[in-house]
Amino acid sequence: MKKTYVKVLTEIDENGKKTPRIINFDGVEYVIDRVIDCKRCASMRVGGIGERYTIRIGGKITYIYYEGDKWFVEEK
Amino acid sequence: MGRFILHSDLNNFYASVESLYNPEIRNKAVAVVGDEEKRHGIVLAKNYIAKSFGVKTGDTVWEAREKCGKTELVCVKARLDLYLQISRMVKDIYREYSSRVESFGIDEAWIDVSDIASTFAEAKAIADNIRVRVIAEIGLTVSIGVSWNKVFAKLGSDMQKPNATVVITPDNFRDKVWKLPVEDLLYVGRATKKKFERGNINTIGDLAHTDPKYLRLILGKVGLDLWNFANGKDCAEVSRSDAMEKVKSFGNSTTCPVDLVGNDQVKSVIYMLAESVAERMRRKGFYALCVSLWVRDNDLYSFERQMHLPYPTNVSIDIASACYKLFLEYYTWHRDVRSIGVRVTNLTTGEIQCDVFSRISDLERQQRLETTIETLRSRFGYNIIKRGNILMHEDLSILNPHSAPHIIHPVGFFKAK
Repeated sequence: MKKTYVKVLTEIDENGKKTPRIINFDGVEYVIDRVIDCKRCASMRVGGIGERYTIRIGGKITYIYYEGDKWFVEEK
Repeated sequence: MGRFILHSDLNNFYASVESLYNPEIRNKAVAVVGDEEKRHGIVLAKNYIAKSFGVKTGDTVWEAREKCGKTELVCVKARLDLYLQISRMVKDIYREYSSRVESFGIDEAWIDVSDIASTFAEAKAIADNIRVRVIAEIGLTVSIGVSWNKVFAKLGSDMQKPNATVVITPDNFRDKVWKLPVEDLLYVGRATKKKFERGNINTIGDLAHTDPKYLRLILGKVGLDLWNFANGKDCAEVSRSDAMEKVKSFGNSTTCPVDLVGNDQVKSVIYMLAESVAERMRRKGFYALCVSLWVRDNDLYSFERQMHLPYPTNVSIDIASACYKLFLEYYTWHRDVRSIGVRVTNLTTGEIQCDVFSRISDLERQQRLETTIETLRSRFGYNIIKRGNILMHEDLSILNPHSAPHIIHPVGFFKAK
């Protein structure tokens, strides 16, 4: 597994709450159906600490991390 | 109501952070080292694998590599900013449990949970909960000691590593603590241990059973404190996290990229350090009446000398000239100089009184000059303006006393009380 930074279209509401909407991974856009959970978490698999968003893309559950000011995924 | 105090210690902190960020080195021997080019190339921290080869904090890099033999020792450069940032995140977790969180260095802290726990079982449950959260949220392990006083809580956190909770209660401390070697007790260093050995005090239990009058005789007041520690009678409080410690001194020290071989070079370094100290004092509005100089030679022998100033000051030229005077007076050049530190104490604020021979306008003029230099540096970088004597020693010009973060080291336990 490796740490891959990705481009994410993010919505920020008037209270500053962030919601990732679309992930651009290798030029392909993946629309996030739902954000299920968000909590601070360490990624032991690829290394890093950030807010871990549990998201659903096309029926599949996966994670995306917001670390500092960047988004990363755990690439398989 | 009883007291319930936790002492939490991040296991192999620097090395664990590096392993967290580089999963590929997690199963290798890892040492976090200072900057070799700037001759800070010693081991600052190591993981358990490196420790099993006998690698110790303070070893030079080549010594550490030699100890590991054929096994590769991965040496990673220390990233203090990152460690400070993560330390803050961990301490924020502690603060969710109590307003009384007292840091002891970058990786340790006491947490007083007396308000939310009423038994040792409850305090242990809180400690376990903190451990689980630190692993999940930060990816690091902590060892936590639970006790009714700070000293035994700290002992507890050292007893089982990594990732464990050890509870020391008034009922079990005689079994758990008294058999430990006396040097495990907080504040028993090499010198105290030697004095204890002469009195045949080898374990904490021996210390607890020694007549306090004898301890007072050999160690003074500290002897009584240590006797209280050994008997679980320490009642120091965990200070509140929002309580700002009163500033008592400003200081800065550096290990030079090359050994200093002459007075001129030493003078240059002293001026550089004094500038950084004076700048911080001015920013906080302090004046100092006492200046200390710390010198370490290339055999790692060090000493500190201090002198009083005729009037309170916060300009670098006064601090530097006093330090240089101390250096000329006390350093005999039996060896070359490796590190230098400048510190000011006896601080005052507000109105300053000058003696009749000193002119206050001189001080103000010097302050204006130094403030202008600071402004230039903050706008255009540190190297935009330098003292002439620094330019004469090119090897030293890479030193930038402003670039390193000013780390807060653990204050002495007695000072903290």
